[in-house]
Amino acid sequence: MERHSGTCPLTRRQIVDEYFIESRNRLLEIAAFLDRLERAAPESAERDFRVQAFEAALRLLCDDEPARVQRVQMLLSDPSTQLKAKLDQKSATGAHDHWCGEEL
Amino acid sequence: MRYIDHHAHMVSRTTDDYHQMALTGCVAVTEPAFWPGWDRLSAEGFEDYFRHITDFEPKRAAKYGIGHYCWLCLNPKEGEDRELARQVLGRIPHYLECPTVLGIGEIGVNRVTRNEVETFNDHVALALEHRQLILIHTPHLEDKWKGTRVIIEALGQRPEMEPGRVLIDHAEEHTIEMILENGFWTGLTLYPQTKVSLSRAADMIEIYGPERICVASACDWGASLPLAVPEFVLEMRRRGHSEALIDKVVYQNPVEFLGQSPNFRLQN
Ligand SMILES: [Zn+2]
Repeated sequence: MERHSGTCPLTRRQIVDEYFIESRNRLLEIAAFLDRLERAAPESAERDFRVQAFEAALRLLCDDEPARVQRVQMLLSDPSTQLKAKLDQKSATGAHDHWCGEEL
Repeated sequence: MRYIDHHAHMVSRTTDDYHQMALTGCVAVTEPAFWPGWDRLSAEGFEDYFRHITDFEPKRAAKYGIGHYCWLCLNPKEGEDRELARQVLGRIPHYLECPTVLGIGEIGVNRVTRNEVETFNDHVALALEHRQLILIHTPHLEDKWKGTRVIIEALGQRPEMEPGRVLIDHAEEHTIEMILENGFWTGLTLYPQTKVSLSRAADMIEIYGPERICVASACDWGASLPLAVPEFVLEMRRRGHSEALIDKVVYQNPVEFLGQSPNFRLQN
């Protein structure tokens, strides 16, 4: 049982009625993004940790465990508290490279 | 509907935005000092910005019956430059005398560097010395969890710091618990693409309850919605939540947090 069970006042049916179409749309957008990656020029096929994180997150969505958003968030996060010695870049990239140094 | 947007960078918005906000029930905005999207050359640049948000912007908002308050600092995106930070920090106390200044913010970290943390700590010391409220920016994307953790640990080093006088903003699903558990206020910033969507914000209110949580548009010069708070109200109504709960989140909570500053006075 999900520990936050019962906190949304809508029934399952009402949630589906309200949110199915927009969620369906987002699902198709993700499918199209993955297809677009496959259609990309072959020379750009090198490892990209953002795509690795994205694919790991998609696998996570298919398990039956609760708190999917927190788990996806942590999958995309830097889990350390080590301070950087100096500023490397102004903006974040959106994912943490958990696979740095690993063989593909 | 009545609401307060506690995080709005109105210097980047048009007068039409004030008009729309007034039409949708906005009674006050608070403007944290932030990065303009490019680095300023000198402390004088900050001084002009402080004049902008303490003098010009309240007058512009007043034409629409909206109260305008602000927070002062050198923001986290420019916090790496320690010498600039030292110069800007020296100019802040003078502006704390302005009648619409609520405190120090939005301070915090960006890429979580040593210098950024030192600049953050200097701002916290200034706020405590002058008994000011504190508004904290947490980094976005992959740096958010780490930055939030480091900020909470840094604040924990100061026994004189009262968590109820600090709002740690831009919370998301993986940071909201640690913020609330440590007694701080938090903010959910509603963005069309990044940050928190309307539906995820409503989810977090349902899961964690409405205590010590505010919502804001964080509208600025980037892709953002100045009407995000009234949009959030519609999302909450879509879920069947009561008007009393909605009013608590979008009006009473910000009044409770911001009202700890003697400068925050709503008309009637
Ligand atoms: Zn901001």
